[in-house]
Amino acid sequence: MTSSDPARTSASTSPASFEAPNFDAIVIGGGHNGLTAATLLAQNGRKVIVLEAAESTGGAMRGFEFHPGYCSAGLAHIVNRLDPDVAKLLKLDSKGRRAETLPTVALSPDGKHAVLRGGYGETIDGISQAEMKAFAAMRKKLVFQAGILKRFLKRRPPEIGKVGMSDLSTFAGAGFSLITKGREEGRDFLRMLLMNVADVADEYLSDDRLKGLVAFDATLGIHLGPRSPTSLLGLYYRLTGETDGATGAQHVPQGGMATLAPAFENAAAAAGVTIRTGVHVTRIVADRGAATGVILSTGEQLNASAIVSAIHPQATFLSLCDTAELGTGFVRSISNVRSKGNVAKLDLALERPPTFTGVSSADHRGRLVIARSIAHVEDAFNPAKYGEFSTDPVLEITLPSLANPDLAPSGGATLSALAEFAPYDLKGGWESGKPAFEAIILETLERYAPGLSKSVVASNLMTPADMETQYNLPGGHWHHGELQADQLLINRPVNAAAGYATPLSGLYLASAGSHPGGGISGLPGLLAARHILSERP
Amino acid sequence: MMLEMNTRRALQGHIATPRFETPFHPRIAAISETSDWYTWAGYKAPHSVFDEELEYFAIRSTAALFDISPMVKYRIAGPDAERYLNRLTVRNVAKLSTGRVHYTAWCDDHGHVLDDGTLFRLSADTFRLCCQERHLPWLLDSAIGFDVGIEEETMQIAGLALQGPTSFAVLSNAGFDCIERLKPFQLADFPHEDGSVTISRTGFTGDLGYELFVPAEAALSLWDRLWTAGQLHGIRAIGYAALNRARIEAGFIVANADFMTAETALRADRARMPDEIGLEWLVDTEKPNFNGRKAILEARRNQTLKHVLVGLEIEGNIPADGAIIYHRKKHEAGLVSAAIWSPLAKRNIAIASLTRPYGTRLTEDLWVEIYALRELQYQKMMKRARIVPRPFIKLDRRAAAPPGLF
Repeated sequence: MTSSDPARTSASTSPASFEAPNFDAIVIGGGHNGLTAATLLAQNGRKVIVLEAAESTGGAMRGFEFHPGYCSAGLAHIVNRLDPDVAKLLKLDSKGRRAETLPTVALSPDGKHAVLRGGYGETIDGISQAEMKAFAAMRKKLVFQAGILKRFLKRRPPEIGKVGMSDLSTFAGAGFSLITKGREEGRDFLRMLLMNVADVADEYLSDDRLKGLVAFDATLGIHLGPRSPTSLLGLYYRLTGETDGATGAQHVPQGGMATLAPAFENAAAAAGVTIRTGVHVTRIVADRGAATGVILSTGEQLNASAIVSAIHPQATFLSLCDTAELGTGFVRSISNVRSKGNVAKLDLALERPPTFTGVSSADHRGRLVIARSIAHVEDAFNPAKYGEFSTDPVLEITLPSLANPDLAPSGGATLSALAEFAPYDLKGGWESGKPAFEAIILETLERYAPGLSKSVVASNLMTPADMETQYNLPGGHWHHGELQADQLLINRPVNAAAGYATPLSGLYLASAGSHPGGGISGLPGLLAARHILSERP
Repeated sequence: MMLEMNTRRALQGHIATPRFETPFHPRIAAISETSDWYTWAGYKAPHSVFDEELEYFAIRSTAALFDISPMVKYRIAGPDAERYLNRLTVRNVAKLSTGRVHYTAWCDDHGHVLDDGTLFRLSADTFRLCCQERHLPWLLDSAIGFDVGIEEETMQIAGLALQGPTSFAVLSNAGFDCIERLKPFQLADFPHEDGSVTISRTGFTGDLGYELFVPAEAALSLWDRLWTAGQLHGIRAIGYAALNRARIEAGFIVANADFMTAETALRADRARMPDEIGLEWLVDTEKPNFNGRKAILEARRNQTLKHVLVGLEIEGNIPADGAIIYHRKKHEAGLVSAAIWSPLAKRNIAIASLTRPYGTRLTEDLWVEIYALRELQYQKMMKRARIVPRPFIKLDRRAAAPPGLF
C-alpha cells in the first residue's frame, strides 16, 4: 500500500462524486450467515448485494466433486442447530417436508453399540436401565443449564458499561429460571458452568460409550480435550441447538445437505438480494473511522451505508481493511484471536454403501461416532497440543449419499468423516502428514466396517490447512475462532467488535466469528442484521 | 572449589553495576563533586554534578551540558514510515518536513496518552522518535499492515543537550560550520571525527539550545570537543535537578511526573487524554485516522473530559510541589505536580492538574495548601493561586535567527 492507493485517497474526496453503484448494504461472503443477514435486510426494504468469492454461495456448505461422479456436500454434514427463526425467515420448511430426526450411534469395537434416539438420547438402545436413568438425569440437568445460556445466544451480547433494559430482563429471566428451580440448581449451575466434561460425565455415567460420546461432542471443533477445564461449554453449546423444536436433535434435510446452501440462496434471491459470485473483495474503503464501500478485484468500487462482513473477522480486519484505519489495540486483539482448526474432513467415494458391524440398516442414515471412552478422546487430543495428529483418532461419520443419492453414481456411496485431532500447524507439515493421517483414518474405519477400504474408489482428505485455502477460513477453523470461554459473548471475536458493530462505523460483522458462534445456525447473520435494522430508521 | 567460586563471581558482574552507565559517564563521573546519581530508564544519571543552584544558572547564563543518552530512542524507517507515524501519533506527520523536529504524543485506542516525545524526520522515510517510556511492543504491533522497520537505538545512540545563551557560541567555537543556519526545530548533520553528529535546535529548557546525537563510540570525543570549545563560554555539566527547574519555567510536562502514562497507570482513572494534559493543540482531527481519534472526538463531543492541566502562579515564595488545590479554600480541585520559585520570572510557579469544571468554568478563587517543614514543625499555609498561561518565561534568544553570540 502506498499513499496513492485508491482505497484510502478515494474516500477523502466527496462520496457524492462517485459514479459507483450504491446499495444500502453490501454483504461480503455468501455463506449461510451472510445470506441470512442479506435476506433479513432485504425483507426490510434495504437494497442489498452479496459478494461471494467462490463460484457459488453456501460457504462451508458449498459442495464439490472430489472424484468423477462423487460429490461432497461441503464441510457440514449434519444439521443440529439451525435456528427456528432463521428457518422461518428463509421459509426453509415451506415445502412441508419434515426431515426425520436422526440417531447417534456410539460405536463400540465389540459391535455392541449404544444408539441415542430423539433429541440427544431421549431414549437409548443398547444400554442398561440403570445407565438410561443416569443418562436421563444428566441430560435433564445439562439441557436445563444450557437453556439458561440459550437466553444469551439469541440476542446481541450486552455491552459492559451500557447495559440496557432488555439486557437486564435477560439477566433477570436467567436468574428467575434458576431461583424457581430452587437454591440447589443455582449452586449446581455455578459449580458446573466452567467444569470439564470428563468430570461431569464421570459424575453421572458409567458406560464408556456414552462417556466417550459426550466427551467427543463437547470438544468437536475446539482445541480442548475432555479433561481440559471449561470443556463442558462445548456440550452446553451443542445442547443449545434445536432441530424441529427438539433440543439436541439432528437431521439431514430432505434431499441431503446439498439442498441447504441453495435454499439459503433462493431465500435471499426471493427477498430481492443481488447475488454476485466469483468476485473478490480486495479492500474495504474507509476513511477516518467510517467504512463506505468495497473495492473488487476487478477494480470496481461499490458503496453502501452498511458493509456487512460475513467472513472470518481476521480476514475482515487484517486482509480487507487498511490497518491504519483501525486502532493498534484493536488490531492487536484481532490478531490474537485463537483460530486454528483441529478437525480434518475425509470424503470417501465407495463402490457400494458400507456396512458398520452391528448397526441396523436404518441407523446407517444417522451419525456414527467413534469415541470409545473419555480416555480415547483425551488421548486423541494430547498430540494436538504438540502439533501432531492423533494416531488413534476419534471420528464422526455420516453417509451423505443415503440421503442424497445424487452424490454418488448409482450403486455407489459416499462417506463423510470428521477426524480429530488434526492440528492446523502440523509439525513437519501436512504435505507428508496427510497420507499418513488418511491411512490411519481408513484403518480405523475398517475396524468398524470390515471390507470398507476395499470398496474405496477415491478419497479426499481436507486438513485445516486445506480448509483455509479452499474455504478462505483463516486457520481452517470452522467456528471462525475458538469457541472457548474467553472468546464468547462480549469477547467474540473481541470486545471492541462484540456487538456486530465495529470500531469502523458502517462496518458490521456477521460471521460465525461473532456471537453466538459457529455451526449452521444462521444466528450471527440474523442478529447482525437485526442490529443494523435497529440502528438506522 | 575456589575456582568454581571465581567462575560464579565472574558471572555475577551485573550485580555490581545494577544500572547502565551512559557513554558519557566517564567524563561526568570524573567531574562530579556531589556524586548525586539517580536512575533514569535504567541508567545512572546525575541528579546534580557540583551545585544544583549554580547548574541552573549555567542554563540561563552560560551553557549547560546535559546527558540525554538514557532517553528512549527508536528508529522508524521504511516506505510506510510517514503513514505509520501518522496513524501512531496525534500530530500530522505529513506536515513535518525532512530535517525538522516536532513535539508530539501518542495514545491507545481509548485516547489515553501513552507518552509524549519528539519526532525527528531524518529523511523522507527515516525518523527518530524520542520519549520517556519504552514502547517497543506497542510500536511493533502498530506496524501490522505497514511496510516499516522499527528498532530501539537507545544504547547505540548517545545524546547531549547543550542549552543556554552561549550554546551557539560553544558550537561555533567547536568548529560546527553553518550551525547558525539552524532555526528552532530544525536539524542537520555535521562532520565529527570520521563520522557525523546530528544536531537539532531543540531542548527542554525554553532557552537557546541544541541537542546532539552521535553513535555511542563517538560520545567521548564529542564531549571533549564541546568541553574544550566551551571553556571560555562558561560551559558546565549539569544534572536533572537544574534541568527540571528550567523545564518548569518553560512550562514543559514530564511523563509520569505531570501525568500518568496509560500503560504505567495502575488505576483506571489515572489515564489522561491529550486534552486533559494540555496537549489538545497537537491533535489533528483532519488528518487520516490515528490511534485514539474516535475516543478523543467522542470525549470532546460528549464533554466527558475530566481534567485540565494548567500553569499556576502562587503567592509567596514557597514551592508548592505536591500540594492540593482548593476552590474557595474548601472544595478539593486538583493537585500540583511540579513547582518552583522561578529565579528568572521572580514568581512562585507551578504546573497543576485540576478536575473540571475547576480550571475550565471555575477559574477564580483557587487556593493552594502548602505545608512547609520548618525545623521539625509543619507550617500550613493557604496561598492564593492564579491560572496563568504557560510558558512562564519567554526568551527572545530561544528563537532568534541567527542565534546570538553571547
